[in-house]
Amino acid sequence: MKHLLSIADLTRDDIEEMLVLAESFREVTQRDIPKVPALRGKVVVSLFYEDSTRTRISFETAAKRLSCDVMGFSVSSSSVKKGESLRDTVQTIEAMGIDAVVMRHSAAGAPNRVADWIDAHIVNAGDGCHEHPTQALLDLLTLRRHLGAGLDGARIAIVGDILHSRVARSDALAFAALGADVTLVAPPTLLPSTLAGWPVSVSHDLDAVLADLDVIYLLRIQRERQNEALLPSLREYTARYGLTVERAGRLRKDALVMHPGPMNRGVEIAAEVAEGPASVITEQVANGVAVRMAVLYKLLGSGASGVVGPGAVVGASGAHVEGATLG
Amino acid sequence: MRSRIFDADDLRRAHTRIAHEIVERNHGADDVVLVGLYTRGVAIARRLAEVIEGFEGVQVPVGALDVAFYRDDIALRPVQPLGPTEVPVDVSGRVMVLVDDVLFTGRTIRAALDALTELGRPRAVQLAVLVDRGHRELPIRADFVGKNLPTNEADDVRVRLTETDGPEATDGIELWSPSEARTTDKVEPAPPTGGSA
Repeated sequence: MKHLLSIADLTRDDIEEMLVLAESFREVTQRDIPKVPALRGKVVVSLFYEDSTRTRISFETAAKRLSCDVMGFSVSSSSVKKGESLRDTVQTIEAMGIDAVVMRHSAAGAPNRVADWIDAHIVNAGDGCHEHPTQALLDLLTLRRHLGAGLDGARIAIVGDILHSRVARSDALAFAALGADVTLVAPPTLLPSTLAGWPVSVSHDLDAVLADLDVIYLLRIQRERQNEALLPSLREYTARYGLTVERAGRLRKDALVMHPGPMNRGVEIAAEVAEGPASVITEQVANGVAVRMAVLYKLLGSGASGVVGPGAVVGASGAHVEGATLG
Repeated sequence: MRSRIFDADDLRRAHTRIAHEIVERNHGADDVVLVGLYTRGVAIARRLAEVIEGFEGVQVPVGALDVAFYRDDIALRPVQPLGPTEVPVDVSGRVMVLVDDVLFTGRTIRAALDALTELGRPRAVQLAVLVDRGHRELPIRADFVGKNLPTNEADDVRVRLTETDGPEATDGIELWSPSEARTTDKVEPAPPTGGSA
């Protein structure tokens, strides 16, 4: 695997392999010294054209726990302010000798363009309203720890602003790839005009689907969207689509509540529910580091060619690998 | 071409001897921790602990160590982690016996030595292997050896254990050689250690 640009590029096997790897890194992150020398000497640049706290810190933590060197890049203090183009910026950074770029950009597809321009591995950390693949992977890791390895038949609702959400797209693709039955729940104004290619069903009525769910995944209502007249009011939204205490009481006892953060408490989710026993929201954040370690390790640690048959996979005990000098 | 080096009985005897040597060398088993390297080393460590409990009456703690992220060939080829590192006791001040199935280049053990520094500071680290097949690339030597086996570099030494290879597998050690290969390289015998090995 050269880049991680979208969940749509991954097969079920790719996803499951990544999750198994992430489980190993989860163990690493729980050690007294949560750091391994696996990617010593590799240089990772975090290139964020949009604001982010958790994703950026999560990636940088992941890289450091793999012993990478991390270079931060923030638009506000860079030559982008002087009008430097994206292409010039990434080519300049690449010339310094880097191995991977973790990139967030407001334009959908920007990471794909950058992948054409430079040789480094590109990890999409969110591109516009398109995809946020590592969020989907960390959500899967969290689900897997509660529901078991496969999601076959699990009923998952993704609720909220689907239209503007890169998390919704990546999650819907990822959950469905592992066999889950995904329903998007939103007012018509917050759904894309076409859902062609989305492996989902759609509902406009949260109360109708609530009682059957194994997982309810709430998206952030982006307050700035109010100006676009897509919502009558936040209060109206909460009344129909918010996970209130009352609604949470109608969930199944073992149902899980998820949210990618940052939360608007009292809008899409009640504070009591976010901190309640069904919530796995803080686990999602913790799993983010392990998943991003797995992604970086998979991209940067898989051999220069990246094209190696399964017969050549090296086990750590190493004595049983054809022709390899191990031991 | 395949030849069977050890059958199940040979393997059992080797376990028994190594277990006795470990206890003799360390004047008992009280401070000993057995740490197996994935995958087969973990199974072998459990077997050794069972044998030691049988004759010494001491339950030796058994751990498992994954060295994947400490290897020096990451990025030369895909290196997959094989399982969670789990060492049930604080190893500081104890004797840690690393256990692996086959000792070859020594690079796995080098990685293991790095990995275990993060678990604490053992009083001593010793190495037990079922097979020493020679061709070391690093200055590493085993303290306890089941079988010194001369091999060609291109050969493949396979340890079979029911725990790791499925219930239909018979315990044993096999040497697989490419058909034209001749066994020429001799393994240097390990120098005596503590009068027992």
